[in-house]
Amino acid sequence: MADLTVNGPAGPRPKKRFSRANIFLYGTLIVVSMYYLLPLYVMIVTSLKGMPEIRLGNVFGPPMEITFQPWVKAWSEACTGLDCTGLSKGFWNSVQILIPSVVLSIAIASVNGYALSLWKFKGSEVFFTILIIGAFIPYQTMLYPIVIMLREIGLMGDLGGLVLVHTVFGMPILTLLFRNYFASVPEELFKAARVDGAGFWQIYFQIMLPMALPIFVVAIILQVTGIWNDFLFGVIYTKPATYPMTVQLNNIVNSVQGIKEYNVNMAATLLTGLVPLVIYFASGKLFVRGIAAGAVKG
Amino acid sequence: MTLALDPRAMSEKARPAKRPNKLFRNLSAKVASIPMILTALFVFVGGTTWTIVYSFTNSRMLPRENFVGFDQYVRLWETDRWIISIKNLALYGVCSMVLTLTIGFILAACLDRKIRFENAFRTIFLYPFALSFVVTGLAWQWILNPQFGLQSVVRGWGWESFTFDPLNNPDIVMFGLLIAGLWQGTGLIMCIMLAGLRGIDEDIWKAAKVDGIGTVKTYVVVIIPMMRPVFITALVLIASGIIKLYDLVVAQTNGGPGLSSEVPAKYVIEYMFRAQNLGQGFAASTMMLCSVVIVLIPWAYLEFGGKKRG
Repeated sequence: MADLTVNGPAGPRPKKRFSRANIFLYGTLIVVSMYYLLPLYVMIVTSLKGMPEIRLGNVFGPPMEITFQPWVKAWSEACTGLDCTGLSKGFWNSVQILIPSVVLSIAIASVNGYALSLWKFKGSEVFFTILIIGAFIPYQTMLYPIVIMLREIGLMGDLGGLVLVHTVFGMPILTLLFRNYFASVPEELFKAARVDGAGFWQIYFQIMLPMALPIFVVAIILQVTGIWNDFLFGVIYTKPATYPMTVQLNNIVNSVQGIKEYNVNMAATLLTGLVPLVIYFASGKLFVRGIAAGAVKG
Repeated sequence: MTLALDPRAMSEKARPAKRPNKLFRNLSAKVASIPMILTALFVFVGGTTWTIVYSFTNSRMLPRENFVGFDQYVRLWETDRWIISIKNLALYGVCSMVLTLTIGFILAACLDRKIRFENAFRTIFLYPFALSFVVTGLAWQWILNPQFGLQSVVRGWGWESFTFDPLNNPDIVMFGLLIAGLWQGTGLIMCIMLAGLRGIDEDIWKAAKVDGIGTVKTYVVVIIPMMRPVFITALVLIASGIIKLYDLVVAQTNGGPGLSSEVPAKYVIEYMFRAQNLGQGFAASTMMLCSVVIVLIPWAYLEFGGKKRG
């Protein structure tokens, strides 16, 4: 025994690098990764090929001759019906929807979460419970009443109407996110501020807001990807002139008229996916945190 | 004595003067909560109730208060398209549920084996979740294109009789959607499972090793039962996603070929906004709501029951 401890190597036994279990493990992961990466790869290579090359039939092959023509066409010339102004219109519509929706929904939800965690009043929990249950109701049951409400206030078909809809449907998850965050703030801090005579808004703007910046970033990531990717509300509460990018993309790609230009379609698809992809790759761990917050809803 | 009593007397005197009306107490918070209260009451409660009430009318182009009892529901369950939609969703739902949980858990378990490049793998598995269903549907529509896509490539490799054309074959079109749906959604479940696995005590593994239980058996017998809450969360998330299934179908197949990939959410929207048969759309959406309630009640019961026991 003593011999072993003296002569044997110190520390834990090194693991074999290429054990059978490891080869199996990495093999599985690499094969599965290929399934996940394949569509992105295929979209990129297709969008860089000319139509004659696509007709040769090898979707997986890299382009023999790289061309950016499909991207230009998708952006500025692709047709939806008779309107041939490309995806750029949808892109700008989406931007115009996105910015006010994100600002408004986060502003409202953060104040809600703040009131619900630190300034509880009689009935506040009831409304919050309704809000959370509302997150599970299929949107289809609320679609038409909202049409009527938007018509009443004259925003049906307008970008402003869609902004309101996004604000309303973003509220449950965002309120939950902020409520949970503010509930974790040390109570002494809040009490000290109250003793010093600070009111509701003063505490919110001067103490809570600066503290909660990380959670604001998570909320922004959540909302930007969610609103950008929305299709259902976009298709129902807008008209062709105000279609967001996803709706216009679907109309361009699935239009039955004319010859199908697969390279242009894939360039258009990539363009639409670019915003959330950039957010995803840039935000890294925060995106995962946003997802984890979204999962709490379940 | 007087000193000790003084502050109490002071505060009792001050209280009624400070708070004249209960309604105005905490006023800022109440004012700030108005948007939430309006949303909860008018949109969520009001909107849902409105739809349920009007599902008992024969509204067509515009909502009318002409009540016809359960007529719309009878008609709904006699419509082939609705029955097909339900069957399609059931098939998709069961497969999606089983496969998402299985794949999500296996991937999470693989990533939890202290491997190298964990971040890279996680990034790869999760990125499709950032993309919209429309983008997902269109990308897979192109890959599954029989003329130029996967099928033609495999044939090009020399397997001339290879046939895989789900988007044009009514029998397997739902699996074409499933491939795309899994690609988009499994990353999320993997992430949740991974978080659950990370929460499990290292000592469990040590104990299992001491007892000589194999890795796979430890997962099945020890770890999975311990992760019950995580599985329930994942289950609820997947289920609510399945019921919402709409964008993917519109983008990838638009319900075709024929009616073979129709789903309930699409039925509702077609009847409300295209066929101008509002009553039918309301009845169908109320059925969707019922299905959610059926899923949610056992879950709420489990959650509630779990807390009681703990």
